[in-house]
Amino acid sequence: MEKSTWTTRVGLAQMLKGGVIMDVVTPEQARIAEEAGAVAVMALERVPADIRAQGGVARMSDPALIVAIKAAVTIPVMAKARIGHFVEAQVIEALGIDYIDESEVLTPADEEHHINKHKFKIPFVCGCKNLGEGLRRIAEGAAMLRTKGEAGTGNVVEAVRHARAVFSAIRQLQSMDEDELFVYAKNIQAPYALVQQVAATGRLPVVNFAAGGIATPADAALMMQLGVDGVFVGSGIFKSGDPAKRARAIVEATTHYKDPEIIARVSKGLGEAMVGIEISKIPAEQLLAQRGW
Amino acid sequence: MTVGVLALQGDFREHSAILRRLGTDPLEVRLPAQLATITHLIIPGGESTTIGRLLALYGMLEPLRARAGRDLAVWGTCAGAILLARTILDQKQGGQPSVGSMDITVRRNAYGSQLASFELPLDAPAFGAGPLPGIFIRAPQIEAVGQGVEVLARLPNGAIVAARQGQLLATTFHPELTADARVHRYFLSL
Repeated sequence: MEKSTWTTRVGLAQMLKGGVIMDVVTPEQARIAEEAGAVAVMALERVPADIRAQGGVARMSDPALIVAIKAAVTIPVMAKARIGHFVEAQVIEALGIDYIDESEVLTPADEEHHINKHKFKIPFVCGCKNLGEGLRRIAEGAAMLRTKGEAGTGNVVEAVRHARAVFSAIRQLQSMDEDELFVYAKNIQAPYALVQQVAATGRLPVVNFAAGGIATPADAALMMQLGVDGVFVGSGIFKSGDPAKRARAIVEATTHYKDPEIIARVSKGLGEAMVGIEISKIPAEQLLAQRGW
Repeated sequence: MTVGVLALQGDFREHSAILRRLGTDPLEVRLPAQLATITHLIIPGGESTTIGRLLALYGMLEPLRARAGRDLAVWGTCAGAILLARTILDQKQGGQPSVGSMDITVRRNAYGSQLASFELPLDAPAFGAGPLPGIFIRAPQIEAVGQGVEVLARLPNGAIVAARQGQLLATTFHPELTADARVHRYFLSL
């Protein structure tokens, strides 16, 4: 019996497809998320909106909190490690958590190297802004991707930008001949074998969710119609007026993303959405999506 | 014969791809009206709490309970096997909605966290000769079966991983993640 193989690591992400992964900061929030139909929760000390507001260095959460959240629910639990901080990743793996997000939402621990994810048994999800970045993460061992968006803003514009960048690059690849693929791989700084695979299959080799700025059921359905496999909702739920109701609505809109009548119905009377931030008002050095290389 | 794949959440596209390879044109089922048109339904892998909640919310539990095993063949993989089971152990706090038509007892997430997910070739002559690829992801286990339920595959330690009761089929592993279409072919013959 072979445990935690590449197939099972990529496979868990397959099982999350069509679902919503929700950021939670307490066991109670985790229960609300599970009750609302989340397919997994991300255990955190602070949601991205608070990390953004409070500043300072954002690190892996207290293991006691991660374990308490894990004990509160039966769905998979993810936790975030800083980019390049392979010891935080070792700690999360030792806790028996289901997935690690090597996340730009936390302050990077290494400005050159990401974690060598092949060295771990636990699967990793990583963020990307474009195809090259996504394929570099897969080469390092990521078993799942998420487009980055701009976390903690409640503004979906960056999530759309990154998803469109990934999918339009995939469409371009499919029309290239081999000579062009070599150059394209070089230009996007991605391994040729992965570029070739994407060109041949017309899809990423792993599951790709959207993240960063999704705040409404329509936002979730928008990302699904653009072609992502599912959505992460961070601050958008528990920074809103009625988290349980909004969480349920986003789950329904993600399943029925092609059905505007259902999206209209579930979008009614959700109370206040989280306060959004215009991207142009954020100083360049505070843009989280720029972290990661 | 009209084959549907429950498309509320999970890896329904992988099931559809294999069904298409076998020459069928599967229908993605999200609403009761679609359910009414099919003779075979696959409940895919995914999160049983999420799929169960959406089944209940969109009025599909009652029609499923009324038809499953009578004029509707149903195959549940992993989460789908949980949703088919009459008794579910280790449910989420407060319990979880399910179809409950098959006389089996299933324990959710029976092997531990994701780190305990595993691959193991299975000896399952019911699906044809030769080892069947077994992919187990946060998998449940069938802990007991009622009379009238046939055990189709076990792990070497005796744990039941596939069972059939008439037109109901449960597997705790994921044939849809492999290139091996034997279990799909078996299901279409029910």
